[in-house]
Amino acid sequence: MTTAATTVDCLGLACPIPVVRLARAVASVEVGGLVELLADDPGARVDIPVWCRLKDQQLVAQLDRPEGGWVFQVRRSH
Amino acid sequence: MRAVAETYLDAASTTPLHPRARAALVDALDGFGDPSRLYGRARRARLLLDRSREQLAAAVGAAPDELVFTSGGTEAANLAVTGLARAARRRRHLVVSAVEHTSVLAPARALTGQGFEVTEVGVDHTGRVDPAELAAAVRDDTLLVCLQHANHEVGTIQPVPEAAALAHEHGALLLVDACQTVGRLPVDVADLGADLLVASGHKVYGPPGTGFLVASRRARLRPVLVGDERERRRRAGMENLPGIAAMAAAVAARVAEAPAEHDRMAGLAGRLLDGLAAIPEVVVHGDPGQGLPHLVAFSILYIEGEALLLLLDAKGIAVHSGSSCTADTQEPSHVLAAMGAITHGSVRVSFLHDATDADVDHLVEVLPAAVADLREMAELDAQAIERESR
Repeated sequence: MTTAATTVDCLGLACPIPVVRLARAVASVEVGGLVELLADDPGARVDIPVWCRLKDQQLVAQLDRPEGGWVFQVRRSH
Repeated sequence: MRAVAETYLDAASTTPLHPRARAALVDALDGFGDPSRLYGRARRARLLLDRSREQLAAAVGAAPDELVFTSGGTEAANLAVTGLARAARRRRHLVVSAVEHTSVLAPARALTGQGFEVTEVGVDHTGRVDPAELAAAVRDDTLLVCLQHANHEVGTIQPVPEAAALAHEHGALLLVDACQTVGRLPVDVADLGADLLVASGHKVYGPPGTGFLVASRRARLRPVLVGDERERRRRAGMENLPGIAAMAAAVAARVAEAPAEHDRMAGLAGRLLDGLAAIPEVVVHGDPGQGLPHLVAFSILYIEGEALLLLLDAKGIAVHSGSSCTADTQEPSHVLAAMGAITHGSVRVSFLHDATDADVDHLVEVLPAAVADLREMAELDAQAIERESR
């Protein structure tokens, strides 16, 4: 099932804001829904995957943005 | 009498001066003299230097002539890594754990531009190096393996004797950064299998600006500081004799005192962990119960570590945060990152020898409200950003 992703733009924002906003966004989508987070804080590169593991949410992909930073695709799994 | 008035919970950063260290420091300052000269005052200085060297060597199971006095742990680590590399002939490979202190990592990484290759070995979620991964990294051309005794951010104790066996199998040397363990846990170069060992004075109730390197006879070093023949040509510059005498007194005292404090430290750590359990979304780092007894590290999700430090400071509590979100570097803790641990909202609590239940209770009383306030602020920030971006 493919659903339109909710995009959360955290470019230029330092931790913990990207994690806080990801948590909010994941809670706001349906189970199975996709959140796409943009971030360029080095802390986010470490903390977003760790948060997904801690919270048992699915990190579908982590891609480098050509402009700098990363795109994290997170699917709400429960 | 307590050494400090506030609730000082950052012993792993630095410690107050031990009363015996203070006495030795003042005595040596008053009895000034250059240990490298030949008249009476100088000979007395030499005797004090020799006695301090013997005392410190005995504390870590080394021979006195293996000790090189430095300005601290950082200089000792730099001398070990850089000095060994400069003296190396054919071996051109170093192995470091990913969670070493930056005073080991930085000189090792600097060598990569000078014809050396450096392999970083990862750690598990407790911060412990996997001996199997270490075994795979050590080669026949490995010069040096660097593995700390205990980690400075999370307190995890490393499998140092295993690392020594692996290094020695390949003819490599082992450097052990023992800045967090000398005077806290038993440290013996033979038991650890360390060919080089780094220690710091100010982390063990000695004065800042003091430290030493143990370099066994197998470890050939070129000096980093040059200019005279002091310290058997391994470190030039007038020895900081008052500091050295004070460090020796501090280490001797702490080696004798620390074992009896172990259970009390573990009790304080347990009391803090119990208190933390009342705060939602706290992740404890390291290997509680197995690591340094006086250190507890954790991350509080959804808050900024440095903002918490400021709130705690306003309440008279001093702790350290591994994260540096608001610092210039913007780099998360390399230790927590290597562990795959949450890096934001990180806090390190470490107890002085005379810490009490009341110190822990003070922190545990203040923490929940401070965390709730910061979480509310972060939530409001996030909401405001979301409104703006609509």
